[in-house]
Amino acid sequence: MEFLINLVLLLFLAAVTFAVIGVRNLFAVVILGGAYSFLMATLLIAMDAVDVGMTEAAVGAGVSTVLLLSALHLTNTEEAAARHSNVLPLALSLLTGAALIYGTWGLPDYGMADTAVNTYVGQQYLERSIPETTVPNVVTSVLASYRGYDTLGETTVIFTAGIGVLMLLRGRRPRKDKETSTGGDAT
Amino acid sequence: MEGFNEFAFVLGGVNHWITIFLIMAGFYIIVSRSNMIKKLVGLSIFQTSVYLLYVSPGKIIGGTAPIIVEGNPEQLYSNPLPHVLILTAIVVGVATLALGLALVVRINEAYGSIEEDEIYGEDWD
Amino acid sequence: MRSHLILRVVSKLLIPFLLLFALYVQFHGDFGPGGGFQAGVIVAAAFVLYALIFGLKTIQKVIPPALLEVLVPMGVLIYAGVGVATWILGGNFLDYNMLDSHDPSHGQHLGILLVEAGVLVTVASTMLLIFYTFAGRGR
Repeated sequence: MEFLINLVLLLFLAAVTFAVIGVRNLFAVVILGGAYSFLMATLLIAMDAVDVGMTEAAVGAGVSTVLLLSALHLTNTEEAAARHSNVLPLALSLLTGAALIYGTWGLPDYGMADTAVNTYVGQQYLERSIPETTVPNVVTSVLASYRGYDTLGETTVIFTAGIGVLMLLRGRRPRKDKETSTGGDAT
Repeated sequence: MEGFNEFAFVLGGVNHWITIFLIMAGFYIIVSRSNMIKKLVGLSIFQTSVYLLYVSPGKIIGGTAPIIVEGNPEQLYSNPLPHVLILTAIVVGVATLALGLALVVRINEAYGSIEEDEIYGEDWD
Repeated sequence: MRSHLILRVVSKLLIPFLLLFALYVQFHGDFGPGGGFQAGVIVAAAFVLYALIFGLKTIQKVIPPALLEVLVPMGVLIYAGVGVATWILGGNFLDYNMLDSHDPSHGQHLGILLVEAGVLVTVASTMLLIFYTFAGRGR
C-alpha cells in the first residue's frame, strides 16, 4: 500500500511537470506550481518527513504562489513564443539524465534500513536525542541543538534575502513606464 | 509479505527515476525558455527534485516519522538527518525565489520586458 | 475588494485559528512535527490572507513596515544572543546545557524554545516584509 501511494503521487508529480513545461500562460504555470507543491508535500509526508511536508505545504503552495502572483501582477502574464529551436536544451538535459541514471546503478533499493545513509550518523541522533536532550522530536533536537550553527546560518540567509529584496524594490518606481499601471488592489 | 519483494524490485528505483526526471525537466525549462518567470518556476522544480533526492534514501519501509515513542524500543524510525537538511533548504529556497522575483521586477521596469531574447536585442541595438 | 462578502466573513473566521495553529506548531515543536520555520511561515500566510482580502493599507495599520524592519534583525539577534548567553555562562557557543545549572535537559528545552522563537520572528517578519514590498510596488 505504501508503495502504491508513493507510485501514484510520483506519477502525478511527473504529469504536473509536463503541464508546466507545455503551458504558455504564466498564471496557469503558477497555479500548477501550487498543485506541484501540494503533491510534493503529500509525498514527503508519505515518506515520513512530516516536518518537511508541513513546511513545503506552507511555503511552496502558500508563500511562493503569492509571491509569484504578485510578481506577475507587476510584469506580464503571457510567455512569448520560442524564437529558437529546443533541440540543444533537450539534448543537454537528456545527456544529464542519462549520466544520472547511470549513477543510480550503484544505489541501494528504496526503503532499506541497512544502507550507509541510515546506519551511522542518523542512527546516532535517534539513539542519543532522548538521553541527551529529552526532546522526542528528533528533527527539532537536531535542527535547534545538535546543528544549531547551521540553523543560525540559515536564519541569517533569510535575513539577508529580505534585505536584498528591500534594497531592490524599495524606493521610487521610475516614472517612464510604458504599461498602464493598474493600481488599487493589494495583489 | 511475498508480494513485497517483487514490489521492491520493480519500484525500488522509481523514486530515483522520477527524481531524475524532475531534475531533467527543471534543467530543460531553465535552459530552453527565455521568459524569466518561467525560468524561476523551472528553478523551483529543480530545487524540489533535490528534496526528493535527499528524503527518499532516508525512508525505511516499516518505519515511522522520527518522533520517539517511549515504551516501544523495537519501533523503526526513518532517518531524521535528511529531514533537517531539507527543512532549512525549503525556507532558504523561498527567500532566494523572492530575491530572483525582485530582480525580474526591476528588469521589467528597466527594459519593459521579461523575455531574455528581447532584452539582449535591446542591449545590442 | 469591497463586495466579496463570503471571502471577508470566511477569512475573518479563519485568521484567528490560523494564528492559534501557528502558536501550537511553534510551542509543540519539541513533541510533534513543527518548529520555528513552519510556524513563521503560517503566521506570515495568515497576515498575507488578511492583506489579500482587506487590502495593503489595512494590514499596514495593524503591522507597520517600520515594525517589521525592526523584527527582521531582532530574530537573528535573539538566536545569536542565546549563543552569547551560553558563552557568558561558561559554555561553548550555543551549548544549551549551561542555561540551567540544575538540570541540563531543562537547559536544552529552554535553549531550543528561545532559538525557535528567534527563527519564528525572523521568518515571519521577512516573509511579510517581502510581500509588502512586492504588493506596494504596483501603485
